[in-house]
Amino acid sequence: MSAPAQPSGSAEVGDTGAHEMEHGTTKLAVETEALTRRFATVTAVDHLNLAVPASSIFGLLGPNGAGKTTTIKMLITMLPPSAGVARVAGYDVQRQPVEVRRAIGYVSQMLSADGALTGYENLLLFARIYAIPRRERRDRVFDALEFMGLSEAAHLLVKNYSGGMIRRLEIAQSMMHRPAVLFLDEPTIGLDPVARRAVWAHLRELLSRFGTTILMTTHDMEEAEEMCEYVAIMHRGRAVATGSPEALRASVGPQASLDDVFVHFVGGLIDEGGSYRESARIRRTARRLG
Amino acid sequence: MKAEAIGKAPGFGAPLGGWARRELPGAVRDTLAIADIELRKLRRDPIELFTRAVQPALWLLVFGQVFGRIRAIPTGGIDYLTFLVPGILAQSVLFIAIFYGINVIWEKDLGIVQKLLVSPAPRTALVLGKALSAGIRGLAQGIIIYVLASLMRIRLNFAPWHVLGVVFFIILGSALFSTFSLAVACIVRTRERFMGIGQVLTMPLFFASNAIYPLASMPGWVRDLAIVNPLSYQVDALRFLMVQGGQSVFGLAQDCWVLVVVLAAFVLLTGWLYPNVAA
Ligand SMILES: Nc1ncnc2c1ncn2[C@@H]1O[C@H](COP(=O)(O)OP(=O)(O)OP(=O)(O)O)[C@@H](O)[C@H]1O
Ligand SMILES: [Mg+2]
Repeated sequence: MSAPAQPSGSAEVGDTGAHEMEHGTTKLAVETEALTRRFATVTAVDHLNLAVPASSIFGLLGPNGAGKTTTIKMLITMLPPSAGVARVAGYDVQRQPVEVRRAIGYVSQMLSADGALTGYENLLLFARIYAIPRRERRDRVFDALEFMGLSEAAHLLVKNYSGGMIRRLEIAQSMMHRPAVLFLDEPTIGLDPVARRAVWAHLRELLSRFGTTILMTTHDMEEAEEMCEYVAIMHRGRAVATGSPEALRASVGPQASLDDVFVHFVGGLIDEGGSYRESARIRRTARRLG
Repeated sequence: MKAEAIGKAPGFGAPLGGWARRELPGAVRDTLAIADIELRKLRRDPIELFTRAVQPALWLLVFGQVFGRIRAIPTGGIDYLTFLVPGILAQSVLFIAIFYGINVIWEKDLGIVQKLLVSPAPRTALVLGKALSAGIRGLAQGIIIYVLASLMRIRLNFAPWHVLGVVFFIILGSALFSTFSLAVACIVRTRERFMGIGQVLTMPLFFASNAIYPLASMPGWVRDLAIVNPLSYQVDALRFLMVQGGQSVFGLAQDCWVLVVVLAAFVLLTGWLYPNVAA
């Protein structure tokens, strides 16, 4: 299924610096060509080709160790690719990292707000760093808090927040500067069903209000089905299937669920490596959630 | 990667002016934003500051009084305890600053550094903001030392310009060593290794300096080390500013530029290393 890698076409793709790329008729918010990242012994991302249409929600699925987080880290300029090209909001991640950083928001796989600060202070720091003008700052911070349902908790220290509140705070922070593209690495992991649904609703509203493109990873097929217009299933660093959830289900069988699609493309095997890291992470998350 | 960095670095002359006008206000804003946040945390947890009084008190009360009595160290006319006070101030600032980097390892483990690195803030501003807050944190040591000295009836120079100068050199030295500490943190990346290295660094920096004995009394090789040790320049400036009739060996101007240049070099180096901490 995985198409043989095209030789990276960096020669034909000029570095336009435009905000969005034309691709056929759709504008692309994220585009990768043969994107590759090797670590000492593993090729975590292997000639990955992705095309994420602007103003859509795009899901990256795949088993533990498939390379989802590594892909996101390259797209947000945190990890240099070993080979290949990636453009985000029209900017090349290697040649125009600062422009990319201005155009994106990021919520990492870990819960990562600063517990020693209040929710308000957490956002204030980023409002400054993202150059939101001084007279708008306070309003913008409180708007973002209200949007995420955290007004009441604005002046509470974040170490007293629940896991769901921290997640919502992180999303508030990542969207405050109205990024063109938002990267969410397993945004609802460790959340209870109510908190999870609240996050979904907020993300959808973000898309409808600001046209934000959202690229998220998830292990949760219900989430992918609910949220994503398109998904790509990654396996051993490659995209083994891409399309809308409906199209993928139809391609596997008449009554297939997205779970079936996942198993069909990834195989029933538990992959090497992932399980220890995964369990360590869940323990860590559980600890943070108290 | 390297070629690109050089291509983007400011040139000299006119382009530098343009670069400064474009980038500097943002960099200053980011630096202050980081420093402000750090200070808010400090304000919430001020007890830590005062547990730091114990060590300098021991140095002054025990070491200072014993060595003052045996008159083993030639201090050129001023009594040894008075001579020692600026050295112990610089030492206590150093001991705190040198472990400052552990915060960034901690923040890395929590994912906070990563979020800052994904932002458009220049990395040097992230570093300088931390350095500045560490500098201000060092001022608490200044207060502690002045209080201790008064209790021990050691007479210090309270002329306003001298006190302001002391504030300046505490911030400068503290920023310098905390930036150095951040650089070490970016290289070693784990708390365990960092603590080990911190322990190894502090004593040589302290003993190979003029903090507790004058340069003139050192054997040649120790003096050579002391002369390349930035701590000596901080102590030299503090001794001139704090002691009544205090003398500076290097001159205040040289103390100042040496510390500023070394700080600038460490900030650039650490800004370059900073993404490393999250890798
Ligand atoms: N810094 C690193 N050094 C060495 N190997 C790494 C590093 N980061 C990731 N890897 C390896 O790369 C592969 C892909 O990891 P990655 O974290 O991208 O997977 P993932 O799809 O996000 O998995 P999960 O669902 O568990 O979050 C794994 O085999 C992992 O062990
Ligand atoms: Mg992951």
